[in-house]
Amino acid sequence: MPILPKSRKARRRLMVVAVAAPILAAAVGLSLWASQSAITFFYGPSEARAKHVPAGQTVRIGGLVQPGSVIKAADGEVRFSIADKAGAVPASYRGELPDLFREGQGVVAQGEFDRSGMFVAKTVLAKHDEKYMPKEVVDALKKSGEWQKGDGSGPSLPAPSLPASGKPVADATTGAAS
Amino acid sequence: MIAELGAFCMMLALALSLAQVGLSAAGRIRQSPVLQGAGEGAGIGAFLMVAIAFASLMSAFVRSDFSVQNVVENSHTAQPLFYKIAATWGSHEGSMLLWNLCLTGFGAVIIIAGRHLPRNLKSTTVATQGALGVLFLAYTVFVSSPFLRLANPPVEGNSLNPILQDPAMAIHPPFLYSGYVGMSVVYSFAVAALIEGRVDAAWARWVRPWTLAAWSFLTVGIMLGSFWAYYELGWGGWWFWDPVENASFMPWLAGAALLHSAIVTEKRGALLGWTVFLSLCTFTLSMLGAFLVRSGVLTSVHAFAVDPTRGGVLLVCLGIAACTAFGLFAWRAPQLKGGGLFAPISREGALVLNNLFLSAATATVLIGTLYPLVRQALTNEPISVGPPFYAMTFVPLMIVTLLLVPFGPLMAWKRGDIVGALQRLWVAAVIAVLAGILVLAVVQPHKALTAAGVALGGWLVAGAIAEIIERAKLGRASAGESARRLKGLPRGAWGTTLAHMGLGIFVLGACFETTFKAELAQALTPGESMKLGGYELRLDKVGTVEGENYTAEQATITATKNGSVVCTANPERRVWPGAGGQATSKVAICVQGPSDLYIVLGDPRPRADGQTSHLIRSYWNPWARFIWLGPIMMALGGLVSLSDRRLRFALPKAARASAAAGLAAEPAE
Repeated sequence: MPILPKSRKARRRLMVVAVAAPILAAAVGLSLWASQSAITFFYGPSEARAKHVPAGQTVRIGGLVQPGSVIKAADGEVRFSIADKAGAVPASYRGELPDLFREGQGVVAQGEFDRSGMFVAKTVLAKHDEKYMPKEVVDALKKSGEWQKGDGSGPSLPAPSLPASGKPVADATTGAAS
Repeated sequence: MIAELGAFCMMLALALSLAQVGLSAAGRIRQSPVLQGAGEGAGIGAFLMVAIAFASLMSAFVRSDFSVQNVVENSHTAQPLFYKIAATWGSHEGSMLLWNLCLTGFGAVIIIAGRHLPRNLKSTTVATQGALGVLFLAYTVFVSSPFLRLANPPVEGNSLNPILQDPAMAIHPPFLYSGYVGMSVVYSFAVAALIEGRVDAAWARWVRPWTLAAWSFLTVGIMLGSFWAYYELGWGGWWFWDPVENASFMPWLAGAALLHSAIVTEKRGALLGWTVFLSLCTFTLSMLGAFLVRSGVLTSVHAFAVDPTRGGVLLVCLGIAACTAFGLFAWRAPQLKGGGLFAPISREGALVLNNLFLSAATATVLIGTLYPLVRQALTNEPISVGPPFYAMTFVPLMIVTLLLVPFGPLMAWKRGDIVGALQRLWVAAVIAVLAGILVLAVVQPHKALTAAGVALGGWLVAGAIAEIIERAKLGRASAGESARRLKGLPRGAWGTTLAHMGLGIFVLGACFETTFKAELAQALTPGESMKLGGYELRLDKVGTVEGENYTAEQATITATKNGSVVCTANPERRVWPGAGGQATSKVAICVQGPSDLYIVLGDPRPRADGQTSHLIRSYWNPWARFIWLGPIMMALGGLVSLSDRRLRFALPKAARASAAAGLAAEPAE
């Protein structure tokens, strides 16, 4: 066989490459395929409204839990609105709410819109730290003109309830670790 | 004073690490034992200084010294002593101090235990470890000091985050960091091997036990973190493919690949370049994890308090360490002379295949973790990558890997016999298929995918046992002969079997739990009950209990099955006044054999009839215990292998002697 290299060592090496190439190709191919179909887009509430996210598509919505919007039904369902300055999205959730889920706090919910425009959340992301604001939420709030960094008052929704430590929420993006 | 002592010791440690690098390198170049010894002394000094600094931070926490900012932010006088101590590494700054303690500590171990190492290799390794110390000590001293004082000390602290006040979480960081930073030793040895231009048996005999030990610690650390997320967060899940979880999983995968390729390097002197490359990759991924977790570039459900500025500095540290190492690799690796030809079908071939799959799987996790960053940089669209991505990429690769696992140990070195291996494994294959069919037939609802998963788990467990049976010639030789062979088996063989069995048990648990778990939430008033998975849960009462630093609403729930009481559960909702009134849930778990009945007490909900009901959320998690048992067995397998006399480091002479003895006792090795 003149195509194959003559030395035994080189043939073995070629063998390794011949085995490795399909495995690596499979890994890259699977990743590319999954990166097209298995990713979740993130929107702020007003952005999600404007873009008319189709019902049934899994997305993440991040904003602030609108004060006064949380209704806890006896059957375990929770309804609330995710808001930024330019709009709000009504959401419902049946699951264990994170311990830091509060009105006026930042929240990221993953789920899909139903036909009536209600956002049915499958997960509500918990933050282990009450001083922490998800980066995407900060960005989304900035986009909708709500974020005033450094003025010490945090986001300016009507009657925002600051975290109980009394520290401004903006600490999370600028301040010291805790 | 004690905080200043700590800060001062950190600066001394930095200076000593610089001296360690300079003196060891100079000693190596000039071939001067005096300079080399001085470098080693500096390394031990650096460790002692970091240890004193760590002790002084811990003492500030124990005494609740609120003039120290870090203590104010992470402690409280009412916190139990155990959590005051654990708070030392509960913060960003404190955890990096722990990182430094491990880094310099492992450096000291190389210096003390490496007496028999070749002199040049040792000096270069000590210098490299010192250089890593300089990077991370400088980070701590200049941008992340835990010893900053406050001008106006408050009378009370903000408390350690209540969610971290948990035994598993308190010991999770020391295990995790021993694992992460244990890989730094392997990195230093790899860099030293590249500088010295040779990889020999002495090198591999050091790298392998370090990898095994670090990997075992990392396994326990990840398991503890996952177990904590399972019962503390109250979501009933144990792995979310979250960036922070992936950050620990990538070095684990790369470490698993490394500890297999290091076997080939040690036993057969082959795959030299590849083992060195993996050594560099593993610690680079550890550092990448440290960066991802602290910089906040990725949104995680497990938010560490993040700081983009410091994240940038960490990225620079990571960049320096990684670029130097991989640059050196590109330049020097071609000069590494590898020996040991082997046929494609052989133990070496099987381990190469294992490495290919593990590296490809690591790559998919890396792509999934970093893809949101790349995508956002390119298109400015924030996205997240979750479980569906990994189900499409990581899982298929891993299934093939796991199918191949039992073949490896049954292959001979150099030239294996695939037909022979198949003959020895057919019983295991039959057991696996039967297990799958049994699950498909017996467990309702019928799920083919779960049956396949159980068959895979059964294949791994039966395959691991088949190896021991084969080696002992059970059933083929006389009972006495088999017993003698079993006794003579090296610990390494037992370790392999234990770890591979653990893998199988984990697969069983993960498949069963994921596909058969049931969930139910209902608001109940005392006296009412709900039904889940054959159990009836009756809410008896809801009362109040006082903890050391929290107040809790505690429910008493009686679980019955077929009319007989199986357990009384007391889930709690805790409110932490010291932590600004933060509320957490304490999940109650009734362990039913390998399965968990998992009960969470939700918030009170007034009903139309005026009574107050409580939301009770319960999960039936069948075989969930196997998910933790598996990794514990893997880590134990690692430790058992480590106790193998032939692997004990610092004893190259004894090791050589017993390796010869082992070779005589067991020709297959």
